[in-house]
Amino acid sequence: MSTLRPQGPVAEEQFGLMKLTITIMVIVILIVFVIAGYVIIRFRRRPGDKTIPVQVEGNHKLEIIWTVIPIVLLIIIGIPTVNTVFGLAKDHTKDPNALQVKVTAHQYWWEFEYPNLGVKTAQELLVPNDVIISVEAKTADVLHSFWVPSLFGKIDTNPGGNVNTMYFEAPKTGVYLGKCAELCGPSHSLMDFKVKVVDRASFDRWVAAMKNPVAPPQDQEVADLLNKQCLSCHAIGSNGAAFPNLMGIGSRQTVAGILVNTDQPKYENEGSVEQNLEKWIADPQAVKPGTLMPKVDLTQDQVKAIAEYLAGLKLDY
Amino acid sequence: MAHAHKVKRYSGLMDWLTTVDHKKIGILYLIAGGFFFLVGGLEALLIRIQLWKPLNDFVAAHTYNELLTMHGTTMIFLAAMPIIFALMNAIVPLQIGARDVAFPFVNAIGFWTFFAGGVLLNVSWFAGGAPDAGWTSYAPLATNTFSGGHGVDYYVIGLQIAGIGTLVGGINFLATIINMRAPGMSFMRMPMFTWTAFITSALILFAFPALTVGLVAMMFDRLFGGNFFEPTNGGNAVLWEHIFWIFGHPEVYILILPAFGVISEVISTFSRKRLFGYSSMVFATVLIGFLGFMVWAHHMFTTGLGPVANALFSIATMLIAVPTGIKIFNWLFTMWGGSIKFTTANLFAIGFVPTFVMGGVTGVMLAAAPADFQYHDSYFVVAHFHYVIVGGLILGLFSGLYYWWPKMFGRVLHEGLGKLCFWTFFIGFHLTFFVQHFLGLMGMPRRVWTYLDGQGFNNLNMISTVGAFLMGVGTIVFLLNVVITSFKPRNATNDPWEDGRTLEWSIPSPAPEYNFAQTPLVRGYDAFWKEKMEGKKEMLPAEPLGSIHMPSPSILPLIMAVGLFISGLGFMYGKGDYGDGFKAFLFNNHIVAIIGLAITLACMFLRSVIDDHGFHIEPDEITGDKGVKA
Repeated sequence: MSTLRPQGPVAEEQFGLMKLTITIMVIVILIVFVIAGYVIIRFRRRPGDKTIPVQVEGNHKLEIIWTVIPIVLLIIIGIPTVNTVFGLAKDHTKDPNALQVKVTAHQYWWEFEYPNLGVKTAQELLVPNDVIISVEAKTADVLHSFWVPSLFGKIDTNPGGNVNTMYFEAPKTGVYLGKCAELCGPSHSLMDFKVKVVDRASFDRWVAAMKNPVAPPQDQEVADLLNKQCLSCHAIGSNGAAFPNLMGIGSRQTVAGILVNTDQPKYENEGSVEQNLEKWIADPQAVKPGTLMPKVDLTQDQVKAIAEYLAGLKLDY
Repeated sequence: MAHAHKVKRYSGLMDWLTTVDHKKIGILYLIAGGFFFLVGGLEALLIRIQLWKPLNDFVAAHTYNELLTMHGTTMIFLAAMPIIFALMNAIVPLQIGARDVAFPFVNAIGFWTFFAGGVLLNVSWFAGGAPDAGWTSYAPLATNTFSGGHGVDYYVIGLQIAGIGTLVGGINFLATIINMRAPGMSFMRMPMFTWTAFITSALILFAFPALTVGLVAMMFDRLFGGNFFEPTNGGNAVLWEHIFWIFGHPEVYILILPAFGVISEVISTFSRKRLFGYSSMVFATVLIGFLGFMVWAHHMFTTGLGPVANALFSIATMLIAVPTGIKIFNWLFTMWGGSIKFTTANLFAIGFVPTFVMGGVTGVMLAAAPADFQYHDSYFVVAHFHYVIVGGLILGLFSGLYYWWPKMFGRVLHEGLGKLCFWTFFIGFHLTFFVQHFLGLMGMPRRVWTYLDGQGFNNLNMISTVGAFLMGVGTIVFLLNVVITSFKPRNATNDPWEDGRTLEWSIPSPAPEYNFAQTPLVRGYDAFWKEKMEGKKEMLPAEPLGSIHMPSPSILPLIMAVGLFISGLGFMYGKGDYGDGFKAFLFNNHIVAIIGLAITLACMFLRSVIDDHGFHIEPDEITGDKGVKA
C-alpha cells in the first residue's frame, strides 16, 4: 500500500518528486548537523573561562552565500514541481479512450459508478489495466478524501456540485488498498476500500456479470426477509439506491470495507465472508460506530440465512 | 506617603484578580497556559495509548475524535499562545525599558477573556461532549447536520471569546513597542525577542479577525439557521477552508516567531557573543511574517483549486525557506567563535536548531503540491507540524522559561533537574514524532481512531507511544523543578547568568512594580552588555529620580470576561427544549445571553465614566525599596 512502492505512473511521478526533495533536504540537514556539531564541540566554554569572544556583527559574504544557495535549491525543486502540477491536472473527463468513473463518498463507504457502462458498485473499484481511469469525485455528505497510496495521491471529495477530477493508470494487476484521508466522523479510520486491477477480458466479463439479474434466495421466508429488511435501502444489481449496492458482495475482499474476508483469519477483523457478514448485520454499530446502517430486528438464524445468501452472491470474472 | 489620589492597593488573591501589572499578568498567563498545556498533554497521551496497538478500543471512536479535536485546539489556542503571551508580558516591557505596557487595563482584559474562553471550551467535556470535528472544524462535518449536540458550539463560542483576548493583547504589544521604548532604543536596537513579539503582534492583528469572521459565520450557521457553510442550502464548505487557513497559516508564524526570538536571545547570551547578522535577522523575521499571509492554500492542495493556484502556492511556500535558512545559519554562526555555556536554557536552544531544521525541510517537501497529494492528511503531516510546533515552539518556550525564570520569579530553576527535563523531553520528542514520518509515507492517514493489523504500522506506533510517555516524564520533571525551586530563597541577582545583554538584566530579579526606577538611556544594540563592557554596572539613567505614575488595579476585566462567559452559554443553549418552565423562558428568549452581554457592557460603561487617574509611587518609596534590596 505504501507511497514508497508506487505501482502506477501517477504515484511514480509523485514518488520521483518526493525522492528529489528528500535527497536535497537530507543534504541540507547534514550540512546543518555538521556545522552545529562542530560548533558545539569546538566552541564550548572551558571551566573558568572568562574571556570575551570577538563581537562579530555579521559577514556579508557568508550571508549572501546562505541566501543564494537555498534559492538555487528551491529552483531545482520548483521547476519539476510546477511541471508535475500541470501534468497531473490534465483533464481526461472528455477523453473517449479513458474509463470514466464517478466516485461518491458517503459516511462511511464509497460508491463507484461507471456512467458509460451503466454499472454501479460499492467499496471495490474494479478497473482494467490498459487504460487511463478518469475520476470525478464528490461527496454525498461531509468532506472525505480519496486516496490509494500506491496508485495516486489524494483528492478531496467536496459537497454541493463541487466536483474534483483526477486520473490514474494502473498497469499492474492486483488489489490496492485505499483510504479515506479527511476526518469525516467516528468511523473515519474504518473507511477503507479496494482498487482491483484486472486485465481487459476479465474486466469485460465483470461488467457483463454486473448486469446479469440475480436469483433471489430459494427459501421464500429468507427472500421475504431480504426484501423487507435489506432491499428497502440496498440494491442488488442495476436498480439505484442510496446505500451500498450488494451486487457481488460475496466476491469482495471485505465486508463494510473493514472486515477482511479470508479463510485463514489471523487478526481480530478477519474471518470468512459469512462470518464477517453475520458480524456486520448482527450489530453494525459495533463494527463501524456512527454508520447509518441500523441494527435490524433479526433472530440469529435469520442473520445467518441472509449472510449465507449474500456470501453466495459471487461474480465470475 | 504623599499619594496624589487615594487608590486601593489589594493584596493576596484580590491582588491577582485585579492586577494590571504586566509582570503579574505574565505569571497569570503562564499558570493558565501551563494548566491547559497539561490538559492538552493528557489528551495526547490518551490518543497515544489508543494507538499503541492495532484495533485497540481504549477509547470509543467518538471520544477519540473529541480528544484529537481538543488536543489540537487546546494546545494551539490555550497553551502555546498564552505561554507566548506570558513571556511577552513578562519580558518585552523590560527589554524596551518601559514601566508597563501601553494599555495595562486592556492587558488584563486580554488575559481574562482568554481564560474565560478556554474554560468555556473545556466545560464542554462535562456538558455532554466536546467538539469533535478537528481543530480545523471543517464544514460540513462541523454543521448541525453532521455534528448535533453542543460540542462544536463550544468551539465557535469559546474561541471567539478567547480570540478577543489574543487580539487585544496583540494590539497592546504593537502600541507598547511602537510608543514606549526608552530613549535611544531605536527600532534597529531592539532585542530580537522584542522584534519577534512585534511582528507576531502584527500578524495577530491581521490574522485573528479572519478567524473571528469565520467563527461568527459558523455560529450563525449553528445557532441562528444561517447557511454560510451548508452546501444543501447553497452554502460553500470550501469557503470555510479558505477563511480558516487565511487565519491558520499566519497563526503558525504567530507561534514560531517568538520562539525564534527566544532562541536568538539565549544563544547569543550563552555564547557571550553578539547575535550574528542582526539586521538580516530582523529582515528575515519581517519577510517570514509577510510571506506567511501568502501561502494559506498550501493546506488545501487536495481541495481541487486547480493547477494554477497549486503551482503558485507551492512556489510561494518554498520561498519561506530562504529567510528561515538565514536565521538558522545566523544562529550557528552566533555560536561560531563564541564561548558556549550549556545551561538548560541553552540546551533547549541548541536542541531547537537541528530539530527545527528537520521540521523545516519537511515543510519544503510538503510545499511541492504533487508530492503533497501523497503526504497530505497522513501521519507525515502530523510529524511535520509537531516538529515545528513542539520541536520548534515548545523547545523555544522551555528555553525561554528556564532563561527568564529568575527575572519572573527571582529564583533560578535547578540546573540538574533542568538537564534531566531537557534530555527526557528531547529524546521522547524525537522518538514520538520521527517515526511518524514513515507511518505517513507507508499510508497511515492522520486522525485515525485505530488501524488494522498486518499493515506494518504496529511497531512504529508503539515506539511513538513510548516516546510520548517520555515527553510526559520530561514535563513532570519540569513541574517538580518549579515546585522545588519555589521553596528556595528568592536570591537571584540582577544578572544571574552573568552574561545578560539586554535591559531586563540591568534591574532586580524579579523586577519591581515600576520596573525601572529611572528610565534607562540606550546607547546601542545589546544596551546592557555595552555598558558592562565599558566597566559600568548599571544603565545610564535618562531622567532624574521622580515620582512614578502607576495604573490602578481593577476588577472590571475579570467581570467583563465572566459576562462574556455567561452570554456564550446563553446563546449556545438558546435553542434547547426546556418545556415551558422558567428555564425555557430564560434560555429560549436569549435572556441569559443578554444578561451576560449587559454585564460586559456595564463594565465598559463604568470604565468610561469613572475617572481613574491611577496613583504615584514617590521617590522615597523607591529608594526605600532599594535599601531593602541592598
